Amino acid sequence: MNVSVSKPQKKRIQAVLEHASGDKRFKILEVHMKKHQFRQDALIEVLHKAQELFGYLEDDLLLFVSVKLKLPPSRVYGVATFYHFFQLKPQGEHTCVVCLGTACYVKGADKILEAITQRHKIHAGETTADNKLSLLTARCIGACGIAPAVVYDGTVTPRATPESALKQINQWVQK
Amino acid sequence: MILNDLISIKEKELAARKKIVLRCCMAAGCMSSGSKGVKEQLEKAVADAGLQNEVEVRGVGCMKLCCEGPLVAADPQNALYIKVTAENAPLIVAALKGGTAAIPQADPGSAFFAKQFSIVLANSGVVDPERIESYIARDGYQALHEVLHEMTPKDVVAAMVKCGLRGRGGAGFPTGLKWGTVAKSPGAKKYVICNADEGDPGAFMDRSVLESDPHSVLEGMAIAAYAVGADQGFIYVRAEYPLAIARLQIAIKQAKQLSLLGAGVFESPFNFNVDIRIGAGAFVCGEETALMSSVEGKRGTPRPRPPFPAESGLFGCPTLLNNVETFANVPAIYRKGAEWFAVIGTEKSKGTKVFALAGKIKNTGLIEVPMGTPLRTIVEEMGGGAPDGGTIKAVQTGGPSGGCIPSQHLDTPVDYESLGKLGSIMGSGGMIVMDQTTNMVEIARFFMEFCMDESCGKCIPCRAGTIQMHHLLDKIVNRKATARDLAKLEELCDMVRNTSLCGLGQTAPNPTMSTLRFFRNEYEALLQPDPFGPRSNGAANHSKPATK
Repeated sequence: MNVSVSKPQKKRIQAVLEHASGDKRFKILEVHMKKHQFRQDALIEVLHKAQELFGYLEDDLLLFVSVKLKLPPSRVYGVATFYHFFQLKPQGEHTCVVCLGTACYVKGADKILEAITQRHKIHAGETTADNKLSLLTARCIGACGIAPAVVYDGTVTPRATPESALKQINQWVQK
Repeated sequence: MILNDLISIKEKELAARKKIVLRCCMAAGCMSSGSKGVKEQLEKAVADAGLQNEVEVRGVGCMKLCCEGPLVAADPQNALYIKVTAENAPLIVAALKGGTAAIPQADPGSAFFAKQFSIVLANSGVVDPERIESYIARDGYQALHEVLHEMTPKDVVAAMVKCGLRGRGGAGFPTGLKWGTVAKSPGAKKYVICNADEGDPGAFMDRSVLESDPHSVLEGMAIAAYAVGADQGFIYVRAEYPLAIARLQIAIKQAKQLSLLGAGVFESPFNFNVDIRIGAGAFVCGEETALMSSVEGKRGTPRPRPPFPAESGLFGCPTLLNNVETFANVPAIYRKGAEWFAVIGTEKSKGTKVFALAGKIKNTGLIEVPMGTPLRTIVEEMGGGAPDGGTIKAVQTGGPSGGCIPSQHLDTPVDYESLGKLGSIMGSGGMIVMDQTTNMVEIARFFMEFCMDESCGKCIPCRAGTIQMHHLLDKIVNRKATARDLAKLEELCDMVRNTSLCGLGQTAPNPTMSTLRFFRNEYEALLQPDPFGPRSNGAANHSKPATK
């Protein structure tokens, strides 16, 4: 895809590449893109890798991907914002994902979410002011047999209750 | 690799079998309850007792009774230990010499297990999903060999038509017809895609199949690819299923090493490669055109059909798209014959269906039953009814595209047509049981919120309609709505259903419409008197779209 690039855009791209040259993670990402032969249809795979390396997708990172895959930045940004899995903001030190699938919902997952929201004064999708905790929700993690399920830092925990969730989170946010 | 090689792998594997096998569930449900530690302790206890030559500890896939995990089965003692912990796992090994371990057991003869009929789940909980030899020992890849060497692609399609398998993704489109259409479509390049984007909340059958028996899906895809003339396959898996992705990667690598995938499968001219594509959390990507868009690395928005994927699909080429469970049925059909499959189930719905039983029910987990089994058998006999003395109020099938079936219709047989008549759908197999404490209007709002969030935004009826319907449902739940709002909600349901572009929008009103049909009194109990009196007929018809 050939795109005519204006002067300020050129400058911005140069700044991104300069930023990238000082960071090893960009190198790893580029190797990953090479593995996919810089194919444009591997964009989602590349973004997965980028998020794995950086934790979230910042603007410079998205621009870097767009330059390397020769895609317009709008297309990369469009894909990154379309899918729930991609985070455009940095996450807190710990993440707590409350599954809100139907099975978890009828078994009281909404009450777990409410308890955390009340206690820590954050809504789903937000991070606490001290950057300790990010609260997220999932549409269904497929753990319906052990509902309600809560995922603490990537570990699925079965049969959660508001009390067990608050207890776990307390271990993280204690000052 | 020729047939003799395959058989010698099988014989070698069977000869190496030890007398006693301890099967430890290593699927995601039990893993999150600590089955990894259980397996390590079992291995350690076996080593400590010096029983390595007699006892094999095997990590297997789902053993179905997920609520009681971690599960450990002992063969040939036929014992199924439940809620095993790392601490008491050594007791199981100690009991192998006689006596029983002081660990609770499930009865393998209970209705939950006895009423199951396994085709898709036949290997689940038996084979080690991370070892291809384990699958080959259960006659794996023999069907592929037979298909490649003894059948023409035309015969393969004809057998699929004859067996009567219908798509297990929910809509129930005849699989043979689909294969035939792709096979007939002209084009040098064709694709086979496995839809493993199991987005329905409350469904986890596809995850379990991929975690427990990935090779059956790969073999099914290879047979399909031969039938339609494709040489490239994709499996589109949700990012929420990391274990399924890891097991698939291992399975593909092992199959390639034995040249059961790749170039010249079984020394025939047939080539077939499979790649994994990982989703990124968008429910709409379960819709076939949206899924293909996502495989191409784009936003997952659907497009109008026709052209159907069978004619112009992935990268504009003819594409065969089936669901995980559909592909998992394929190897057994060719191994045992189309006639064998065609006598299972009902006249119009052949074979079995796997359901993920969850919600307010005693036994949650996976069940596979012949089509036509009454809901009551599934929910009351196998599921054990509602826990803590509750009563079952409704059964929800089909997720956000399905409906709630009230308890008075529990004698309905489970097949595509019967569930459709009740305003629900078979769906991919999620079955959520609700008891008397569940508020049906809140459930309708819950599903509408889901559809509202997941609407891709491409067509207006779905994008704007789901927001308005959610708003009205919210108003009803909060006791702020009048009869006028309820009438408007029904109008909107009708409009969104008839005018949306893809399945997401067309079925988004289903949960609301089915709860309105069977639990209208719950809605009406929440309504407030209308300050302007009853609505006139003229106004009611004003914005109604013309229906055919």
